[in-house]
Amino acid sequence: MNDAAPAIETLELWKVYGDGNTEVVAMRDVSMSVRRGEVVALLGPSGSGKSTFLTAVGLINPPTSGRVFIGGQLVQDGPRARADLRAFRRRHIGYVFQRSNLIPFLNARENVQIALELNGEAPRAARGRALGLLDELGVGERADNLPSMLSGGQQQRVAVARALANQPSVILADEPTAALDSHRGRQVMELFARVAHEHGTGVIVVTHDHRSLDVFDTIYEMEDGVVRRTQAVAN
Amino acid sequence: MNLALKDVRHGLGRFALTTAGVGMLLMVVMGMGGIYQGIVEDATLLIDRVGADLWIVQRGTRGPFAEISRVPPNLVHRARSVPGVAEAREFVYHTIQREREGRPLRMAVLGLSWGTDSGDWIPLSAGRTLARNHFEMIADESLGLRLGERLKLGKETYTVVGLSKNMISSAGDGIAFVTVADAQAIQFEFSGEATRLGRASRRVRGERSELGSLRPELVEQAGRPAAELPAIAPPDLSAVMARVGPGVRVEDVAKVLEGWPDVTVYTRDGQRAFLLEGSIEKVRRQIGLFRVLLTIIAGIIMALILYTMTLDKLRSIALLKLIGAPTRVILGLILQQALALGLLGFGLAYLLGRWLFPMFPRRVILVEGDLLRLGLVVVAISAASSVLGIAKALKVSPNEALNT
Repeated sequence: MNDAAPAIETLELWKVYGDGNTEVVAMRDVSMSVRRGEVVALLGPSGSGKSTFLTAVGLINPPTSGRVFIGGQLVQDGPRARADLRAFRRRHIGYVFQRSNLIPFLNARENVQIALELNGEAPRAARGRALGLLDELGVGERADNLPSMLSGGQQQRVAVARALANQPSVILADEPTAALDSHRGRQVMELFARVAHEHGTGVIVVTHDHRSLDVFDTIYEMEDGVVRRTQAVAN
Repeated sequence: MNLALKDVRHGLGRFALTTAGVGMLLMVVMGMGGIYQGIVEDATLLIDRVGADLWIVQRGTRGPFAEISRVPPNLVHRARSVPGVAEAREFVYHTIQREREGRPLRMAVLGLSWGTDSGDWIPLSAGRTLARNHFEMIADESLGLRLGERLKLGKETYTVVGLSKNMISSAGDGIAFVTVADAQAIQFEFSGEATRLGRASRRVRGERSELGSLRPELVEQAGRPAAELPAIAPPDLSAVMARVGPGVRVEDVAKVLEGWPDVTVYTRDGQRAFLLEGSIEKVRRQIGLFRVLLTIIAGIIMALILYTMTLDKLRSIALLKLIGAPTRVILGLILQQALALGLLGFGLAYLLGRWLFPMFPRRVILVEGDLLRLGLVVVAISAASSVLGIAKALKVSPNEALNT
């Protein structure tokens, strides 16, 4: 990883579904750069291509063309991805989604611990670090509870703890506060900001929630697959 | 962290019920094998225990265990005279069905050669061997007779002086051991009226014959009891058993006896093989086919269960892929559960079988080698039945985790 390079950089990303009469362009020439420690909001109506962009940057759904760099490394060049994509995702990208997406048969601590163990951390050390992260995010006392026993906000905090577990250079969040009330939604947004600033992580949050936009360093808007920068908030 | 274990723990009730179902199915597969082993053991136990090296049977037949064999009683003396034969005994064997306490009582009656064989080779669980040449009986426990019980068979009453364990005929009937004379009496028992009619019939035949008119005293003789008439042979035996002396080759003695035109000779292994290759072979094939079918059914059911279990976890699997879980972790999750299901089911089948099989009317014998083979088959079908689930899991895209 090149420490001087942006956390995330995309160059001329295009995503086209179908062809001929059924062709739909979900992303058009999207170029974006997110610095380390920067928190970016991506706004836009449903169907504007936000999730497509996020999954392309998250190395889940490859673009039709364009390139994705993470930490200065070219990880996706059009539909071609690096061979160790899954391992790269494991080490460098953390995901948080609208639904908390916790594994239902693992308790809160285990949901975080599994991410660490998959990255090669020894079980005992992984357990300690998972508990530390949950404490840090204010859900340490619920470590032994299954996701079904946690509130929506607590589940999102556990999901954030899991996303942070391997100290990724990038966190991608897709409407993480959609299931939360405004108070808890703001708490989660502030959490992303704190994590980004304290850990130097580049964070992209796709959101509809305009009430917490003051938390973000930069705001982009997306419409019909096109991204434009609308605001840079001075810290 | 063992994800398979965590998932099982989360849905413990369902997993336990599924395991119980698989276990019971495997218990039936196991039991089928045990039933076959029981039949083989029952069928061959007598041949193995009775201690005969050679079986001399009616010419052209396959011996008393396969079909009706009749040999004259004097054959035992002829056999004794053959060099190398240390001992020759009569063998009388037939199956009867009578009534006892209002219920049918079916038993195989085996005659012991009184004087040389009082049943010392029979495994007794109670009582003693025969001490008199008449009216005593050693009965197998499976017949349900009590020690000291008196049982009327034909005109005579027999006392149960000993109880044997697991002495069963190839048809599954318990064996009752009496002396050869008693066995013949039971076999050829006629009512008084039938005896009288038989004598009258002989007398009429004598009167109508030329010899009868020339020698009237012969007609008088014909009306006497059959046992007093030298022209009527005593009852036939089923076979004669011979034991060769120390250092004598069984094959050498068999070669001499095979030269006799009225009998056929089998070694112990030959007689055993006839049993196993005859009716038992059909049972073996029948049970074998059932076992194969049941194993296939168990495999299909396990595959469906594992597939359903995988479908229930698809979102978790997609999530695991999203957070970078390598394929081996996903495979391990499904395969470990499949093996756990199979092996726990197998263990349960064994424990249930050990408890239930002794209550079955026929013996169900679990043999180590058979259990080991079934265990390996269970491992194989567990692995094979997880293929559907694994294929589904491998196809799942991390994208699935994002779908609400």
